[in-house]
Amino acid sequence: MSLFDLRLQEIHNKLHAKELSVTDLVGEAFAAIGERDERIQAYLTLDEAGARAAAARLDNKLVSGEEKGLLFGLPVGIKDNMVTEGLRTTCASQFLSNYNPIYDATSVLKLKQADSVTIGKLNMDEFAMGGSNENSSFQPTRNPWDLSRVPGGSSGGSAAAVAAGEAYFTLGSDTGGSIRQPASYCGVVGLKPTYGRVSRYGLVAFASSLDQIGPVTKNVEDAAYVLQAIAGYDSKDSTSANVEVADYISALTGDIKGLRIAVPKEYLEGIDPKVKETVLEALRVLESLGAVWEEVSLPHTEYAVAAYYLLASSEASSNLSRFDGVRYGVRADHAGNLLDLYHESRSQGFGPEVKRRIMLGTYALSSGYYDAYYLKAQKVRTLIKRDFDQTFEKYDVIIGPTAPTTAFPLGSQVDDPLTMYLNDILTIPVSLAGVPALSVPCGFADGLPVGLQIIGKAFDESTILRTAHAYEVHTEHHKKRPVL
Amino acid sequence: MSITTKDVEHVARLARLNLTQEEKETFTEQLNSILQYAEKLNELNTEDVEATTHVLHLSNVMREDVVKESLPSEKVFLNAPDEEDGQFKVPAVLE
Repeated sequence: MSLFDLRLQEIHNKLHAKELSVTDLVGEAFAAIGERDERIQAYLTLDEAGARAAAARLDNKLVSGEEKGLLFGLPVGIKDNMVTEGLRTTCASQFLSNYNPIYDATSVLKLKQADSVTIGKLNMDEFAMGGSNENSSFQPTRNPWDLSRVPGGSSGGSAAAVAAGEAYFTLGSDTGGSIRQPASYCGVVGLKPTYGRVSRYGLVAFASSLDQIGPVTKNVEDAAYVLQAIAGYDSKDSTSANVEVADYISALTGDIKGLRIAVPKEYLEGIDPKVKETVLEALRVLESLGAVWEEVSLPHTEYAVAAYYLLASSEASSNLSRFDGVRYGVRADHAGNLLDLYHESRSQGFGPEVKRRIMLGTYALSSGYYDAYYLKAQKVRTLIKRDFDQTFEKYDVIIGPTAPTTAFPLGSQVDDPLTMYLNDILTIPVSLAGVPALSVPCGFADGLPVGLQIIGKAFDESTILRTAHAYEVHTEHHKKRPVL
Repeated sequence: MSITTKDVEHVARLARLNLTQEEKETFTEQLNSILQYAEKLNELNTEDVEATTHVLHLSNVMREDVVKESLPSEKVFLNAPDEEDGQFKVPAVLE
């Protein structure tokens, strides 16, 4: 058993009882990384010296009895699209392979203030574009449950590291499902908060109207603690929400009697029958705990993927124009003039999926096509959001699978971008509506983890955490570990 | 609507990308298939639907116009591929 199988509170009890030190916890992370990351390939950059120094500082705090942060002593891995001062941040792109940030992202700073210890930076699809981590320009991360399969993406490193015991918890980012889908594939908890709940300052922008940072953990309670530490308004992100942060930890009452659950019929159509059966079994558990569920319709679900790829790619094409080889990043050699320098630096620095999305987005925004594609997609986004608004008038949460299948084999979808995009069919509508959702392990299909997606009203993370927590304490799935 | 290799060349210029012949052909095919899938949106009548640019109801976010600390320039140049006298250096803009 790994130390990281303990719940946060159990770890804190052991720290206070002096049965454990922060140095032990950090040692556990690096031992696990040394033993198995060559196979998993979750990390891109490690900061062992920094982590051990931080651990020594925190151990002193333990002795002196100073006030301790909410996430005291916990080893954390950060997705490599959040900037970390002095620690290389690449977005898994060759373009940023030499980039050393000069400041911390707000979420990273908040983790430090909460006394967690940064272990290193985690692999992802390049610039968060993809659902398998095969678009990393450095290495594909592998699924700890089956090394021949993908961990999902784009936060694949974040999910695999938690599943493999290589970090106590991690941060990921979710634009169209990039926290929830890998959490589902790797059998861990992944939470995408409401858009605006967590500051995006220092998160390298992919699609600014959708991007959101959130935790990946082994259990729901820990996710509540991490969200508590990172949520809140930030004047450095003008799109962060000035809405009071709830007490997520005390929301975990275990009581879901009378909870009204909507199950969209569209979320159960065309999915793997074993995934469907697993989700229906989870609904029976929730029912036995006093919740009631009814089938509903979210009629615009089938349009979400098309709208999303137009909107996200359009925003990406604009956001990624900052990578010009002038101020930071890898500059192409021997460019004759400034225009060549832009063209050559970008062409050499970006991988195929990033180029494809920049091309799609540039086309969708270009003169003559704007109304047909971008504006149309924004209007469809309104219809999708209305589906959610109307459902939440009568129900507390919406529940379905997180992904239509379990993790697929590496290499099986790389040549077919459209098929790859359709893996996100159940997470994308939620992102377009901007509401919070989490994926919690709900069983296995042919030995591979299945995730249950619990979706809530805007800024009502408390209810989805409470629901997932009640489910989790009555089931054992989240306690199973891959054999590594 | 279907796009041609010429369209792809035009869009690549707008996006400041150089594409190889092979990339041009692949992207023409793949963008056509993605855009064909996107045609699905035309099944919906959105004439009277407002566009969602943002899910939060945000208006302009203002702050007091006061001087705040900013990054020191020596830090800003730490990642510069090339710099001289406190400025980013690039090749000639005009031939």
